[in-house]
Amino acid sequence: MGFKHKDIIGLQGLSREEIQLLLDTAENMKEISGRDIKKVPTLRGKTVVNLFFEASTRTRTSFEIAAKRLSADTINISASTSSVTKGETLSDTARNILAMKPDIIVMRHAASGAHHYLAQRVSCSVINAGDGAHEHPSQGLLDMLTMRQKFGTLDGLTVAIVGDITHSRVARSDIFGLTTMGASVRLAGPPTMMPPGIERLGNVTVCTDMREAIKGADVVMMLRIQLERQGKTLLPTLREYSRYYGLNPENLKLAKPGAMVMHPGPINRGVELSSYVADGDQSAILTQVENGVAVRMSMLYHVSGGELPTE
Amino acid sequence: MNLLIKGGRVIDPSQGIDEALDILVENGVVKALGKGVKAPAQTEIVDATGLIVTPGLIDMHVHLRDPGLEYKEDIVSGTRAAAAGGFTSVACMPNTRPVNDNKAVTSYIIAKAKAEGVVNVFPVGAITQGSKGEALAEMGDLKEAGCVAVSDDGRPVTSSELMRRALEYAKGMGIMIISHAEDLSLVGEGVMNEGFVSTELGLKGIPWAAEDAATAREVYLAEFTDSPLHIAHVSTKGALRIIRNAKARGGKVTCETAPHYFSLTDDAVRGYNTNAKMNPPLRTVDDVAAVKAALADGTIDAIATDHAPHHLDEKDVEFNVALNGIVGLETSLSLSLQLVEEGVLTLPALVEKMACNPAKILGIDRGTLREGAVADITVIDPAVEWTVDAEKLASKSKNSPFLGQKMKGAAACTIVGGNVVFKRN
Amino acid sequence: MAEEKTTILDGAGVKRALTRIAHEILERNKGVEDLVLVGIRTGGVHLARELSARLEEIEGAKVPVGEVDITLYRDDFKGQAPHLPVGKTDIPFVIEKTKVVLVDDVLFTGRTIRAAMDAIMDHGRPDCIQLAVLIDRGHRELPIRADFVGRNVPTSMKEKIVVLFDADSRPTEVVLEK
Repeated sequence: MGFKHKDIIGLQGLSREEIQLLLDTAENMKEISGRDIKKVPTLRGKTVVNLFFEASTRTRTSFEIAAKRLSADTINISASTSSVTKGETLSDTARNILAMKPDIIVMRHAASGAHHYLAQRVSCSVINAGDGAHEHPSQGLLDMLTMRQKFGTLDGLTVAIVGDITHSRVARSDIFGLTTMGASVRLAGPPTMMPPGIERLGNVTVCTDMREAIKGADVVMMLRIQLERQGKTLLPTLREYSRYYGLNPENLKLAKPGAMVMHPGPINRGVELSSYVADGDQSAILTQVENGVAVRMSMLYHVSGGELPTE
Repeated sequence: MNLLIKGGRVIDPSQGIDEALDILVENGVVKALGKGVKAPAQTEIVDATGLIVTPGLIDMHVHLRDPGLEYKEDIVSGTRAAAAGGFTSVACMPNTRPVNDNKAVTSYIIAKAKAEGVVNVFPVGAITQGSKGEALAEMGDLKEAGCVAVSDDGRPVTSSELMRRALEYAKGMGIMIISHAEDLSLVGEGVMNEGFVSTELGLKGIPWAAEDAATAREVYLAEFTDSPLHIAHVSTKGALRIIRNAKARGGKVTCETAPHYFSLTDDAVRGYNTNAKMNPPLRTVDDVAAVKAALADGTIDAIATDHAPHHLDEKDVEFNVALNGIVGLETSLSLSLQLVEEGVLTLPALVEKMACNPAKILGIDRGTLREGAVADITVIDPAVEWTVDAEKLASKSKNSPFLGQKMKGAAACTIVGGNVVFKRN
Repeated sequence: MAEEKTTILDGAGVKRALTRIAHEILERNKGVEDLVLVGIRTGGVHLARELSARLEEIEGAKVPVGEVDITLYRDDFKGQAPHLPVGKTDIPFVIEKTKVVLVDDVLFTGRTIRAAMDAIMDHGRPDCIQLAVLIDRGHRELPIRADFVGRNVPTSMKEKIVVLFDADSRPTEVVLEK
């Protein structure tokens, strides 16, 4: 059993076994970050380029640490310092980066599908660190790892995801991953933020009322609401959003006792998540961050493996 | 040079003809049409045995990109592509650089087409100056210079008031308006049809309501002003219902669809295929079925390609920044013949929608093989099988979603004004 | 092609060999003070637990057992095959200032041992590392030798040595496959 993909563009299309392998590897890599010498020589001599067309300190840092713990050399290129502002196309940027002979490109891009585009044009591996509203596979994997650590399995779990589903790449990766692994997903959010046909992506139920989604759930995942991105036509105010779609100690009681609260971060305290919940016993938000490095190490490790030899 | 087209199945709905006949062309006009027509000396014989002979096909919606955007296409390459696709006439949209909103540009197009083009080019002028949707263009001048219609194609006339006045004014000038019906505020930043596929791909969607709502506005304004109106590239079930109802009420509305709207669905976008990006976007299975039904019941009058050449650099990019549109001239006939194969249309009905009706709508003296008519003739081989190959396309641009696809049926010979301008090897 | 199997050590033979190794470890280290066992996954871990049990029987004191997975330290990553699943490394004690006895089932090229030593060193600096193996089959490619050997078995490169374990991870037999 091995991971046979050159790239990880999304969790859609990965098999149960492949996701299992990525999670198992991540689990076993957690130990490395607990040592004095937080490093293994596995990717020595490999070059990982972090190509970020959208600002992201958290994901970029997490990928950078992951690469360094595997002894890879990392180069960070961010949109503000790169030539994209000069009107260079993604294709040209990619060609220039290829001249540096990277082994893996970790990219974040605002355009859904940018990674499909890149992966078809470069010989090195491409890992998606978020593309538009499409996928964010490392976040999906770390969410699943965090859930699996608590519940032992993902099979049969009920996960409620609340917020702006339309614009959320996290929601899509979670849906693809979780439903492949046997969990059921309930979505809730204002209808202005619920994309058509989303229930057809897997074992997914759409609820208009957030309480309906949370009721009896094992996990409640709150998505970040960004008024600046979503514009004024989707919501009247954050205040009203918070009243109807925010998680607080009261409505959290509807979930299973001890249900886990998650958030991909960064949190808007008092908007989608009350501080009592974010910092409460049921919150797994910091565990998510911690698992991020291990998951990304696992991804880097497996994409650098390559094809099965043909015998 | 005289021509005798022998032994073909002649289909000319304008005369109700569908039988094996010979056609004699002399001095660029149809001289005789009948059985066993005798050819005078020095007549070139076109053997059409097993082939179909129709009035020259007319594509009433193409973008020739000339003047100004010749790196995508020009009048020479565009008319060659038309000839290869079996078209003897094309109507070219005004979104060139500069926009064809004045007689200088119109005259340039007509002059260049006459000098270097291989098929007839009928320019469509702009409704508004610069197609900016702010002030009416000089429609009288445009008509005099040779424009056969006006349109701001590529974008809608956003202001309802301006559209009302445009319809009224155009009526006075005796020129028809072709509407690009789209509600831009509903389109927003959408890049493909809004539905399951856009949800899965995480791409911003364009709801069908954007086309339906705009179509309804156009239809009501046309009725209110009692003006003729042609709706371009109809793609949705709802817009077709609106047009069908308007026609039933006796409205002077006509419409066209493009081959991709009955051949493809938004599934073609999967993999972020920029050659499946166009405006209006590819829709759903339901819409494809509705387009076919509307072709069959006559709601759709014409098949036009919306031939929209773009350079590779404008398509070989991320999906959301790729330009809208695909080339269509060289695949239209094959895709449309598929409708006959599927039983959606009879061959005569197809010829109506690809030749007779466009001529009628644009008011041009084409679309017939009547004796004395200009000898624009298309000879079709309905059985030939071929594969769409970017290398072999006559168009400068290769942005087709059908590249690599196997096709059946194609133009065998295209005759414009009695001259053979294309012959398939 | 029928495989030929020869038993090199039966159950009793394995037991005797492990008991002898346990005695040798005690003798060399003068008891169990500061002694830890680290098994290489997966066979070496099972054997390390066996050795630990024997050391306790003899000395009456527990010797801690750690496990190391060497996948991430392998030297044969060429990017041509899918990477192997990574096993768990669990060293539940401080390596610093211990005497480590590294345990593996079969000593062959020595490359696994090199990787395991690197892994251990990344966890801390032990006073020394010794090597105990059940079988030494020769063909070393690195300057490595075992301190404690159950049985030396001359082999050809084509042959395979397999240490079999029962459901409770106890060694039952060592076979040579041709």
